[in-house]
Amino acid sequence: MQRIGVFICWCGSNIAATVDVQKVAEVMKSEPGVVYSADYQYMCSENGQQLIKQAIKEHNLTGIVVGSCSPRMHEATFRKTAEAAGLNPYMVEIANIREHCSWIHKDMDEATEKAIILVRTAIAKVKLNAPLMAGESPVVKRALVIGGGIAGIQAALDIADAGFEVDIVEKNATIGGRMAQLDKTFPTLDCSACILTPKMVDCAQHEKIDILSYSEVEEVKGFVGNFSVKIRRKARYVDETKCTGCKICMEKCPSKKGLNSFNMDLNTRPAIHIPFAQAIPNVAVIDPEQCIKLKTGKCGICQKFCGAGAIDYEQKDTFIEREYGAIVVATGYKPINLDAFNEYGYNDNKDVITSLELERLMNAAGPTNGVLLRPSDGEHPKVITFIQCVGSRDSSGCGKPYCSKICCMYTAKHAMLIREKYPDTEVHVFYIDVRTPGKNYDEFYRRAVEQYGVDYIKGMVGKVYNENGKLMVQGSNLIDNEQITIESDLVVLAAAIEPEPSVRKVATLLTASIDTNNFLTESHAKLRPVESPTAGVYLAGVCQGPKDIPETVSQASACAAKVIGLLAKDKLKTNPCVAIPDESMCNGCSQCANVCAYGAITYENKEFRLGGGKTEIRRVACVNPAVCQGCGACTVTCPSGAMDLKGFSSKQIMSEVEAICKK
Amino acid sequence: MQEVTTEKKEFTPNIVAFCCNWCSYAGADLAGSSRLTYPANVKIIRVPCSCRVNPMFVLKAFQQGADGVILCGCHPGDCHYVTGNYYTRRRMALLFSFLNYMGIEKERTRVEWVSAAEGARFSAVMNDFVKTVTELGENKRLTDLRVKEGE
Repeated sequence: MQRIGVFICWCGSNIAATVDVQKVAEVMKSEPGVVYSADYQYMCSENGQQLIKQAIKEHNLTGIVVGSCSPRMHEATFRKTAEAAGLNPYMVEIANIREHCSWIHKDMDEATEKAIILVRTAIAKVKLNAPLMAGESPVVKRALVIGGGIAGIQAALDIADAGFEVDIVEKNATIGGRMAQLDKTFPTLDCSACILTPKMVDCAQHEKIDILSYSEVEEVKGFVGNFSVKIRRKARYVDETKCTGCKICMEKCPSKKGLNSFNMDLNTRPAIHIPFAQAIPNVAVIDPEQCIKLKTGKCGICQKFCGAGAIDYEQKDTFIEREYGAIVVATGYKPINLDAFNEYGYNDNKDVITSLELERLMNAAGPTNGVLLRPSDGEHPKVITFIQCVGSRDSSGCGKPYCSKICCMYTAKHAMLIREKYPDTEVHVFYIDVRTPGKNYDEFYRRAVEQYGVDYIKGMVGKVYNENGKLMVQGSNLIDNEQITIESDLVVLAAAIEPEPSVRKVATLLTASIDTNNFLTESHAKLRPVESPTAGVYLAGVCQGPKDIPETVSQASACAAKVIGLLAKDKLKTNPCVAIPDESMCNGCSQCANVCAYGAITYENKEFRLGGGKTEIRRVACVNPAVCQGCGACTVTCPSGAMDLKGFSSKQIMSEVEAICKK
Repeated sequence: MQEVTTEKKEFTPNIVAFCCNWCSYAGADLAGSSRLTYPANVKIIRVPCSCRVNPMFVLKAFQQGADGVILCGCHPGDCHYVTGNYYTRRRMALLFSFLNYMGIEKERTRVEWVSAAEGARFSAVMNDFVKTVTELGENKRLTDLRVKEGE
């Protein structure tokens, strides 16, 4: 006979304000099987846990139910408590009477009644719980970082410095990411390249880091501690081991009209190219869409001139498979497509540009060698108008509902840099709100206004149109309550940022949660901000939410700390809630193995006694508990009902259904 | 039976919701922490994946007097267990059409995809489902009469 203890938490007033916790605890005393029931202000506190431990010992409890917050919050806590008192940790069930009850219901009677049912349901389940033992699995002491921007670079360096092997998989031909495209960085106006490229070089030279550029993750198998990842190494048509980065091929290539994506398509580059001067690896890549040799078979000039003999037109994509213990996702962002924002004339006017394009126009290594010139006629713009929140904080459906977070600061930076370099330039900024939380951020913005005389106009822009070669920016000035039109030479749009689209594929491969805006979901918004709910997967940078460089670097280092903590372990405890076949009922039909996404089920011929001294040999299912992830697909598929799931057995769930429906 | 119906003032349905641990249960948690209300007659059972829900559990719920059953899982393609929710979708499509044939209206059964970030959607889905089932009234099909007698 089970001896159940029930512990109802007040959670301060979080539960107690809408659920009569004392009544719930009182009612539970007369439930069959319950030998102890109590309530306490904070069950998760030291004292609360002590109360549980004491009750387990004093009343010889065989199972406990904690009526508290979500099991996703404190199940692990209470399992540890039970274990400390000598009870198997899997003899604990949580009744979620906070998130699923007190917080969503207002009527005390109604909420109390529901709480009673939820606790009863948990009691019904725990009575059928069985003690479970976690198995162990080894940890592969190597980490994978997906994305070679500043987030990936920082995470990789920190992990490698702790002594673990790290591979960076970067889909582009070089690491560096968005930060490599930036000119200066706020709020200190450091030159972006000056602080980034040394880190890129550190990655290249670090004996523990392997950079797999121009590569993509194709397949992910396994689980925390034991991921097996297939990586596509895209054909760059240049032998990475031979190329010396001399750039002669770039000079000689006759096909020079490819759009330079590193410069935001503002100028052109040859078919064979190195993305930028400080690229890591400093190895050329051929754009097959543009290369004459690859398209027509005639040309081959780069091969002729390559002294290192690195050009290989026959190169094909190759695949490598590697094992990892942990994976960091750092896939970054891109500015949104502005087709839906026709009112700003981005597609019709060359002189309406995005902030990232301006970044390239102001960069000494950019298409204009750092001289700010209008894309249309190469003239110095005299009046520049910035438009903020283009697609950010936009719930109309055209843009993104969230704040892109970085635009206020980089626009202040741009405005300041322009006024510094070209003091005769007029700079206007249309904004909805200026948001500058962060160390030295507001001071930075104030400098733009007070010291550099940037004209900030509170109001939104209705449209931008071309009149006699001038860009007319028509908007409202909400402070003076008037409609204004500013005749401008250059218009800069602070386009919203969104996660790099490839993150969707990565999320699917890793079975990592993703939200409606394609940001990866963290395990807990406050307490586990760098972990994905999928064990062993960590999130760094904008793939998790909009953030600037300082935040990205902090998050990347936090990821690294988590990864190091994981890789430092020799063995991990596995989830004991796995499938288990009842061999006496199994007829070896193979249906369970067909639905298993992990290949955890195999078949064995086993001998069974039939009685009367007779035996028979039958084929039966065997589950590998280290591989099974405990989804339960096989349990429902099994035609003879031989498969069950530990911790979520059919009997347990049926008893929960019964408890809920009991009138 | 006559007595029972006259006694009842307002019908509130009893709803069993099966939520997968990774998306929908977390979505329900988010609805809670965002204080997005839905009726108290929705009671959630946590399962690792929506594909853990055996048609038997749904039948059991109706047999025991549930008025509606809803399964929530990760969006197609986002299943934590890669393919689990696809099995759910197929299994339940079959089961629900059988149930409909037996007189348990198809509006009483539902499969919905709710991600961990969709607290608002969870609440909206539950509000809508409760409203639909309330309009249909009490479910009498399949109910084990012995359960009623115990009242």
